[in-house]
Amino acid sequence: MFGFPILTLVIWVPILAGALVLATGSDRNAALARWIALAGSVLGLIVAIPLITGFDVATSNMQFVEKQPWIEALNVHYHLGVDGISMPLILLNSFITVLVVIAGWQVIQDKVAQYMAAFLIMSGLINGVFAALDGILFYVFFEGMLIPLYLIVGVWGGPNRVYAAFKFFLYTLLGSLLMLVSLIYLYFQSGGSFDIQTWHTTTLGMTAQTLMFFAFLLAFGVKVPMWPVHTWLPDAHVEAPTGGSVVLAAITLKVGAYGFLRFILPILPDASQEYAWFVIALSLIAVAYIGLVALVQADMKKLIAYSSIAHMGFVTLGFFMFNPLGLEGGLVQMISHGFVSAALFLCIGVMYDRLHSRQIKDYGGLVNKMPVFAAFFMLFAMANAGLPATSGFVGEFMVIMAAVKVNFWFAFVAATTLIFGAAYTLWMYKRVVFGNVTNPHVEEMQHVNAREILLLGVLAICVLGMGLYPKPFTDVMHVSVVDLLAHVAQSKLP
Amino acid sequence: MSTSLSQFIPLLPEIFVLVMVSLILIIDAALGDSKRYVSYALSLLTLAGATFLTLQDFSAAPLVTMGGLFVDDPLSDVLKLFLYLSVAVVMVYSRDYLRQRGLYKGEFFVLALFALLGMMVMVSASHFLTLYLGLELLSLSLYAMVALQRDSSVATEAAMKYFVLGALASGMLLYGMSMIYGVTGSLALADISQMLADGTDLRIPLVFGIVFIVAGLAFKLGAVPFHMWVPDVYHGAPTAMTLFIGSAPKIAAFAFVVRILGQGLESQLTEWRDMLVILAVLSMAVGNLAAIAQTNLKRMLAYSTISHMGFMLLGILAGSNNGFGSAMFYVVVYTLMSLGSFGMILLLSRAGFEADQLDDFKGLNRRSPWLAFLMLLLMFSMAGVPPTVGFYAKLAVLQAVVEIQYIWLAVVAVLFSLIGAFYYLRIVKLMYFDQPHDTSPIETGIDVRLIMSVNGIAVLAFGVLPQPLMAVCVHAIGASL
Repeated sequence: MFGFPILTLVIWVPILAGALVLATGSDRNAALARWIALAGSVLGLIVAIPLITGFDVATSNMQFVEKQPWIEALNVHYHLGVDGISMPLILLNSFITVLVVIAGWQVIQDKVAQYMAAFLIMSGLINGVFAALDGILFYVFFEGMLIPLYLIVGVWGGPNRVYAAFKFFLYTLLGSLLMLVSLIYLYFQSGGSFDIQTWHTTTLGMTAQTLMFFAFLLAFGVKVPMWPVHTWLPDAHVEAPTGGSVVLAAITLKVGAYGFLRFILPILPDASQEYAWFVIALSLIAVAYIGLVALVQADMKKLIAYSSIAHMGFVTLGFFMFNPLGLEGGLVQMISHGFVSAALFLCIGVMYDRLHSRQIKDYGGLVNKMPVFAAFFMLFAMANAGLPATSGFVGEFMVIMAAVKVNFWFAFVAATTLIFGAAYTLWMYKRVVFGNVTNPHVEEMQHVNAREILLLGVLAICVLGMGLYPKPFTDVMHVSVVDLLAHVAQSKLP
Repeated sequence: MSTSLSQFIPLLPEIFVLVMVSLILIIDAALGDSKRYVSYALSLLTLAGATFLTLQDFSAAPLVTMGGLFVDDPLSDVLKLFLYLSVAVVMVYSRDYLRQRGLYKGEFFVLALFALLGMMVMVSASHFLTLYLGLELLSLSLYAMVALQRDSSVATEAAMKYFVLGALASGMLLYGMSMIYGVTGSLALADISQMLADGTDLRIPLVFGIVFIVAGLAFKLGAVPFHMWVPDVYHGAPTAMTLFIGSAPKIAAFAFVVRILGQGLESQLTEWRDMLVILAVLSMAVGNLAAIAQTNLKRMLAYSTISHMGFMLLGILAGSNNGFGSAMFYVVVYTLMSLGSFGMILLLSRAGFEADQLDDFKGLNRRSPWLAFLMLLLMFSMAGVPPTVGFYAKLAVLQAVVEIQYIWLAVVAVLFSLIGAFYYLRIVKLMYFDQPHDTSPIETGIDVRLIMSVNGIAVLAFGVLPQPLMAVCVHAIGASL
């Protein structure tokens, strides 16, 4: 099919481009750094395109597989491959990276090369997370991405950036270190293998499954983030630069959710069934309670951050319904949230660049000054609220359908998001965009420029396209999801 | 005992170093301060020559010589190569620092090379007597090195502390050895191992002996609760000496522990494992927690050393070849990181200014992005964050611990390394998030910068491709024990 190692390119093109950008050095060469970064990110997206064109939707096997011995002393392999679950996420990441580079084009004036390099390197590492089929390789990418993100939040973030960067790093490290112990334990249980697919068939006792379930749950739950380990996210979001928020919301949260599908469900099916109630309860709390928390936020970024937590609650809820509709719904919701949250953070970035405030109360009457922007913002706000015909509706609807099959009350609580989501998003929208101009600085706000229209326009197409015709996405996922559920249904107790 | 010359061949590197260090001692006496580079060059030449001789005579299997006193095996050869490299890097890093402080004297080279000789003897010892001789040669050289800056009261105090506590540790070690001798009737490790494997009725003296030996080893490693000297000595000694103490001697200490516990007392694994568990947990706890409170980088790194030694003990206490291999990998990686981070302090110091406060690293990214990047790699490696090599060191020892079903210990270890991550992250924060308050240019020779770059990049390169280094360690242990 394809003679060359596509996944290796998908991972290493952005990383090498990042190293190249870093080599341009100081801010005297900022323009050069920007163009190299753009070229690198676009090239990263181009090399990912064969993943769609060459993808076989009829099989649940791993595709584009590469396998080389890496650390023989520990039997670790450089083992890559994608299925219907990870392939869309890699594309989403490569796509968002281009947007992030463009979004930081003018806003970032300080240490441009380092900023762009951090994003490119992180993009490559995240592609690695989605493509890795070896436990240690996965862990290396999973942890490695913390380094650039730590720097992005800490160097280019807002006033409270140091606190946010530390909190974010240590929180996520706590989870992943316990996961590391689990990975090593699995190595011995599976007879000396770090291969994730081998682990899918390793028998494990209930005690071991339970302990590992909670270790993995902490690792991925912190990243998702699930209530009550979500508190790092609002801090990190608020303090991160626009690009950082976009990547955090659109991509890194998906890494946590992806971990559920690659590790928790197939490797620990019995514990997953046993403690599904626990995850469902946490997810429902996230949906309902965090929705209410979002309602009272005065800071737009914080509001969207809480809304992200609520939407990710939907994702985990869908996963633990253990039926194809719920899983696919969760996956669609992941992709959709990638587009919508990226778009909303970009919108806030557009406003912030002009007024240097994220407080809702500082705005009002924006529609008079920036009508085009207001229209885009409207679309994304509606998508966030789950309006039909936008991508936000599809995933939520599928998950609610799946939940009804399992238990009416799950669906009932989950459906409150349609009310809360609409309430907090549209209320914010109303206060920011409509009404009279009260802040004199709003009077001076400039129209959106071509670069911003390009960013928002591309995302608007994605949101509408996915909302009107989601079938290509579900087709790609379907076979892999059915296969995954077959694993979950099969007990692995000895 | 045969008296043929061939039995001296495995000792050639040691003999060569001894001859050269004596030569340097004589030549240097005749050199003025302006000609000191001759001693410097001769010292590096000695290391190069020793490297050549060790490689020439690289052994595939253990070869015991000198009537059972000395062993030449892959483990000793590999460790010696790391020792040469480490001492050479120390000399390059320290040169400017010592010159600016009037310490750039022949004594430094002579003492450093004598310490190296002691370490080589330790690494190759197969007998309690040679082990002890090597250890004392190393220790006495180190005491003198710490005290070399004789008009500094802090350094003198550190040397005194080091000497008194070091002598106490040596005493404990000797006492333990004498008890083992009482039980087995031999000082040769091979005989002791044989004797103990056959079983003995003298359990109580044996256990007493093991306790004293482990305590003595813990002293030398700086494991809690025998760690009191570490922060004071690291802090008080001139940074160049701290760099020396913090690098190569750790490799020698590793060899020392493996020779005694892995080759002499391996049948008593159940006796010493629990002691090491306590030492390891306490070291990781105290080292990581106390490091948070430090404002002096040397002191912080001293506590970090304590916690790293705790981590290394995790590999040792597994008691398997896999465990010793992982501990060896850990100690080599640790030496690499330690060289880099203390070297960075030297590099940023200049005449009349010590860059050993945490705040001296503020805004380093603005002053020198490249050096900041190297330090970033070193710090993340110390914290054990992939893709740096420090992660694989932690992975290897954790794997050894899980293998013997001490999963709780692995969990404890990762939780403490989480605490450790905090203070390494703080350095990164100072370098990247803060503004510099010291904007003077960084003056260092191109060779120092080059070695530092290689050192920092090695941390990343071995992180992307850890296989070669790991394979060397696994092979060395597998072919020697």
